Amino acid sequence: MTGLAFLLLIIATIAGYLLNRIAARTVRDRGERLHSMTSYHGLFSALMVLVPVLTAILLWLVLQGPVIDAITMGNLPPGALEGLGQGGTQLVLAEIKSISLGQIFGTPEDWKLAAAEHYTALKATAGWMLVIVVALLSLAIIAFARSKVTAAFRARQGVEKIVNGLMIFCSVVAILTTVGIVISLSYETLRFFEKVPLTEFLFGTNWEPQIPLREDQIAAEGAFGWLPVILGTIVITVVALVVAVPVGLFSAIYLNEFAPPRLRSVIKPMLEILAGVPTVVYGFFAILVIAPAIRSFGQSIGIDVAPNTALAAGGVMGIMLIPFISSFTDDALSAVPRALRDGALGLGSTRGEMMTTVLFPAALPGIVGGVLLAVSRAIGETMIVVMAAGLIAKMTINPLDSVTTVTVQIVTLLIGDTSFDNPKTLAAFALGMMLFLVTLMINILALRIVRKYREAYD
Amino acid sequence: MNDMRPLERIVDSDTIKIAARGVQVHYGETQAIKDVDVDIEDHTVTAFIGPSGCGKSTFLRCLNRMNDTIDTCRVRGSITLDGEDIYDKSVDPVQLRAKVGMVFQKPNPFPKSIYDNVAYGPRIHGLARNKAELDGIVERSLRRGAIWDEVKDRLDAPGTGLSGGQQQRLCIARAIATEPEVLLMDEPCSALDPIATSQVEELIDELRTSYSVVIVTHSMQQAARVSQKTAFFHLGALVEFGETGQIFTNPQDPRTESYITGKIG
Repeated sequence: MTGLAFLLLIIATIAGYLLNRIAARTVRDRGERLHSMTSYHGLFSALMVLVPVLTAILLWLVLQGPVIDAITMGNLPPGALEGLGQGGTQLVLAEIKSISLGQIFGTPEDWKLAAAEHYTALKATAGWMLVIVVALLSLAIIAFARSKVTAAFRARQGVEKIVNGLMIFCSVVAILTTVGIVISLSYETLRFFEKVPLTEFLFGTNWEPQIPLREDQIAAEGAFGWLPVILGTIVITVVALVVAVPVGLFSAIYLNEFAPPRLRSVIKPMLEILAGVPTVVYGFFAILVIAPAIRSFGQSIGIDVAPNTALAAGGVMGIMLIPFISSFTDDALSAVPRALRDGALGLGSTRGEMMTTVLFPAALPGIVGGVLLAVSRAIGETMIVVMAAGLIAKMTINPLDSVTTVTVQIVTLLIGDTSFDNPKTLAAFALGMMLFLVTLMINILALRIVRKYREAYD
Repeated sequence: MNDMRPLERIVDSDTIKIAARGVQVHYGETQAIKDVDVDIEDHTVTAFIGPSGCGKSTFLRCLNRMNDTIDTCRVRGSITLDGEDIYDKSVDPVQLRAKVGMVFQKPNPFPKSIYDNVAYGPRIHGLARNKAELDGIVERSLRRGAIWDEVKDRLDAPGTGLSGGQQQRLCIARAIATEPEVLLMDEPCSALDPIATSQVEELIDELRTSYSVVIVTHSMQQAARVSQKTAFFHLGALVEFGETGQIFTNPQDPRTESYITGKIG
């Protein structure tokens, strides 16, 4: 039924377009001067149909489930739900739904069978009602839009208004989603801090979240100090940046200013391929190639190196970030006006001097922006760290040791047996919240730095 | 014509600074300059005039090898500065550009302070041994650029914050600071209003006492006002070259005459 409703919508949209366009043409052929082009008259009708009817269908689909559920449960024989809590009521509803789909377990009571039949009937009715509503609504709107077609009607302004509204809606979606994420995170985070004091979380140096979920499980006592975890994130991020920033910057500078055009046309796409490699594949590279190499090199000079090291994970993450930084830097350098290059060269500076004294400072805001985005990515990266750096939270800044990061801990806390009244699970949300705050602060810092050091060049 | 000049300075101007012989320039397959011979004298303002696309800017950029920065550009023929071929392999274009300064059509101050803009050249060429010397060079250059009085209280302000005319005089001061022997100017007034233009023209005439100045201009009045020698370019060829007064009052070539009287261009 839903498919039919969408089909009707498409037909109505096209019909509205054609109808109004033909009507507008007729008006024009009568010799009247149209305010808007005929295609705008058509588009006006099409958009007038499309936007409200599509909204209606989507709303209907969202609300249909809960409404049908409520009607079904309301029509149960009196006393059927007596003594059942919220969970019990939901179980009954789930059973009725599965019966209606033909999946019957054991021998259900008669009233459940009746309810299932009722449920099926309601669903069928709802489907037909949706189609009828769509058809009537579309017809009404088409008729309304058709009645608007006159020579003086400003169809173009109407279309522009509707498109403008759509654009506003699209730009608000991202903001609303962010707000929603923050709200859902803060709710669980607050519940976590009811169980674990804020000071313990912020200043504790021990991270052992694997506490028992049930009475009979044997597990650790539990400790929720996030310092070793965030320290691990910082160590890996620093290692990654030590690799990525110089390599990325110098490759961009070379490609932008010094490389012959033919070499540039080969190297640039290859660098961009690096950006497309999935992080899992980087993870393999880290475990299979980099980690053993670091370990055997460490042994050859007499240093004991852990099999999982922050150096391996961070180094490979740095390689992943190179194309990021180099393409941002390249764009920023290319955006510097040719007049500044000419000015520097005309004063007798070499290309190197021009780069360091004029181009680089002028491009700095863009470059800083790229680096800080890379930092955000490094902090949020999970897969390489899971594979190459380990899971044990250690209070260390030694890159040759095994460390863990915030994102990795969130993953390990949320897989397997979980229950939402347990500090172990809720800790993941607290970590997520902190990560969100940290990256937010970095982004704000990035914006401020860019604003402060912007050398506006025109 | 001569009474239109801001000032008539008596300057000794008989030595030839730059001599170009049979210069040809190609951009890829297209020929931009055909067999140009020109002598540019010391302590003289030489103006290049001609319609858009006639090659005058291209030729100007040959004189300090700025065309080297364009990949597809090839220059043939000989250009000598004080008798030395500037396209010889032994010549470093970077050092040449320090000797032959350039001012561009659009004012292009660096996004740095006024002081740093002027100090840029002296710093990269190591002309000052200490801060006091550098201060001296900056002040002298800004004075010669006729902008000192306007900026002396705000040397730390960004050069990009000045008005268009001030920016262009700052760029001239910046070019002077490297102590060049020749100053090339590519339509230095085309982005300026009439008041700023007359200030820059006054400055150009003043600069003639120390440098050889070559100026590309679209304005024939400007060429008449500031230059002693004028070269008329048309379709990549040098049509006529001579004393400015003679070019404007008694042109030898019919094309020059029609350009000056506004029939072509």
